[in-house]
Amino acid sequence: MNKITSIDDLRKIKQLLESQLRLREKSDDPESLVQIKVAMATCGLAAGARTVMNTLMEKTADEKLPIVITQTGCMGYCHAEPTVEVRLPGEEPVVFGRVDAKRAVDIIEKYIKRGELLDDIIPQNYERI
Amino acid sequence: MAPFNMHLLVCGGTGCRASQSAKIVERLRAALSENGLEGDAQVVTTGCFGFCEQGPIVKIIPDNTFYIRVTPDDAAEIVAEHVLKGRKVARLLYTDPQDKARVSDSKHMGFYRKQIRIALRNCGFIDPENINEYIARDGYEALGRVLSAYTPHAAIETVKRSGLRGRGGGGFPTGLKWEIARARQADQKYVVCNADEGDPGAFMDRSILEGDPHSILEAMTICGYCIGATKGLVYIRAEYPLAIHRLQVAIAQAREYGLLGADILGAGFDFDIELRYGAGAFVCGEETALIRSMEGRRGEPSVKPPFPAESGYWGKPTNVNNVETFANIPVLFLKGPEWFAGIGSAGSKGTKVFALAGKINNVGLIEVPMGITLREVIFEIGGGIKDGKRFKAVQTGGPSGGCLTEKHLDTPIDFDSLLAAGSMMGSGGMIVMDEDDCMVSIAKFYLEFTVDESCGKCAPCRIGNKRLYEVLRKITLGHGTADDLDYLRNVSAVIKDTALCGLGQTSPNPVLSTLEHFRQEYEAHVFDRKCPAGQCKALTHYFILPEKCTGCTACARVCAVNAIVGERRQAHSILQNKCIRCGACFEKCKFEAIQAG
Repeated sequence: MNKITSIDDLRKIKQLLESQLRLREKSDDPESLVQIKVAMATCGLAAGARTVMNTLMEKTADEKLPIVITQTGCMGYCHAEPTVEVRLPGEEPVVFGRVDAKRAVDIIEKYIKRGELLDDIIPQNYERI
Repeated sequence: MAPFNMHLLVCGGTGCRASQSAKIVERLRAALSENGLEGDAQVVTTGCFGFCEQGPIVKIIPDNTFYIRVTPDDAAEIVAEHVLKGRKVARLLYTDPQDKARVSDSKHMGFYRKQIRIALRNCGFIDPENINEYIARDGYEALGRVLSAYTPHAAIETVKRSGLRGRGGGGFPTGLKWEIARARQADQKYVVCNADEGDPGAFMDRSILEGDPHSILEAMTICGYCIGATKGLVYIRAEYPLAIHRLQVAIAQAREYGLLGADILGAGFDFDIELRYGAGAFVCGEETALIRSMEGRRGEPSVKPPFPAESGYWGKPTNVNNVETFANIPVLFLKGPEWFAGIGSAGSKGTKVFALAGKINNVGLIEVPMGITLREVIFEIGGGIKDGKRFKAVQTGGPSGGCLTEKHLDTPIDFDSLLAAGSMMGSGGMIVMDEDDCMVSIAKFYLEFTVDESCGKCAPCRIGNKRLYEVLRKITLGHGTADDLDYLRNVSAVIKDTALCGLGQTSPNPVLSTLEHFRQEYEAHVFDRKCPAGQCKALTHYFILPEKCTGCTACARVCAVNAIVGERRQAHSILQNKCIRCGACFEKCKFEAIQAG
């Protein structure tokens, strides 16, 4: 471990470490983060959800984006797997169907960063309790 | 390394560890790797969440789900359901005692709603054994700023402006204390952290050391810079093995980063910290006794002046502050003294940590702004009295404090108003009593503690407290006389006026306050030979109501001394001269035929 020899050193280290705790910092207000859920039940996995997940994770990590990615079970849209649900802060969740690695990148680049909708969006047709 | 998408925070405080939280961590990790999720979710052992009554606690981030009373066997289900499928495990959620609804996250729990966490800011949030998590939360930033941008004088002024007062009990202004220590000229000065937490039921210092040890190291270093000391000592009781371990880990990490040692952050300031272990004597929380104990001598207080700031450890100027006081210091510099002074009441700034205990629903550790009322603490945060009983009194300040009653419920909690009400802040123990508690017995309990813990150096404390205890014992045994009540009051006054240190000067407080607020209860013991709360065995008589007794003989069979006589299917009776008042028959009777009174 290198010694920290000045306050600037300390701040640099802090910046590097900050992202690891960002999730916890925002935990009192999880709605303030972009949340992505990848359906990874049997149907999703068979259709390639694993690749989608990996792509999303890598891109988020590379660009240090404040996005939470979790896996979830079958959302019931087995005909359109792999499905990805994205919830932007303060908005209703949107579910994207037939996502592959390329569309995964599009979701981040177009929808999350610029707010443009993509094709093949599955309308939410049920209430959650 | 990619940040994790989910954090599973598991409480690693002493309370939760005793309920196998270390095993929960192990099982959670195993379940994650079984499901191939090691890279997605991170299991973190944190310090105390404060909600010890409901431990072990597991908190899931990002959705802030708060699981209570988790067992190692629940780990697999949490991973399979919550981590993998995103469904909360409902049976492990907290149930609101009022409306019986499941509460999924801590933000909506009454226990946390009114709290402001300054001293406990990192407890239950970071991994205390990982300096990086502390740094990521602005750790050592305050030290960096002080060393680079403040003169010691300016830093002390900042502490003074914040209005911070000592959290160990006395409430002495911290900045002033530092200024006095700074003014002394000496070749060596010392900074001491008083971690000799001794009040029965109080455990905030332990929790801070276990949950956020670096905050103490950082604050002590700031203090060293301010008063001109290069050595720091933490006096901690040997009964706190986990806190000691975490401090040792923290000191080693800080040294490795160069945050302790020579030329800290390139500012040319040297400071290092060592631990000193106490053997668990209550009196060693008094600063002069603490210093003697650190020198390897008997833990006895000495007359002040000279104050430790003038002549302390090995005769050198020494600044002693309590753990919780230190924990406030870094925040003060980060957020500014005005921010700090904006919280709390007129004479007491900031927050105070309290250990809630006794007959209250939410036992645990809370941090609230000064000036909050007892009612808010007991009924809102504490969730009210257990089993729907009636509130009777609350003891603040441990054995040195006093009992406050219903009429004090709207008293704001701060240093001055508690003193005015006849109690004190103390280190923050808060023991709640209900209608079943006998106040004479409570006073006796505290006196028994003081008698045990008195060092014996001065006569008022050594002899006086023993006399008080004997008289209280006599009253609870039913031998009290009218003179005893005056005697208690007079001896108490003498002890208060003449004892050498804080222990003796405050030890009669529980007697005086119960005498004042519950005199009728003392009188019932003395004149009517009755204990209204039914706690004093010697004053309780059991008798059988013949009209209700069916002669089932259940009571006679359970009586260990054959004090119950009577024919089968006939009303029984109790021989008072044989009865030892164990209460076994009372518990056994199904027909409510046995009465106590």
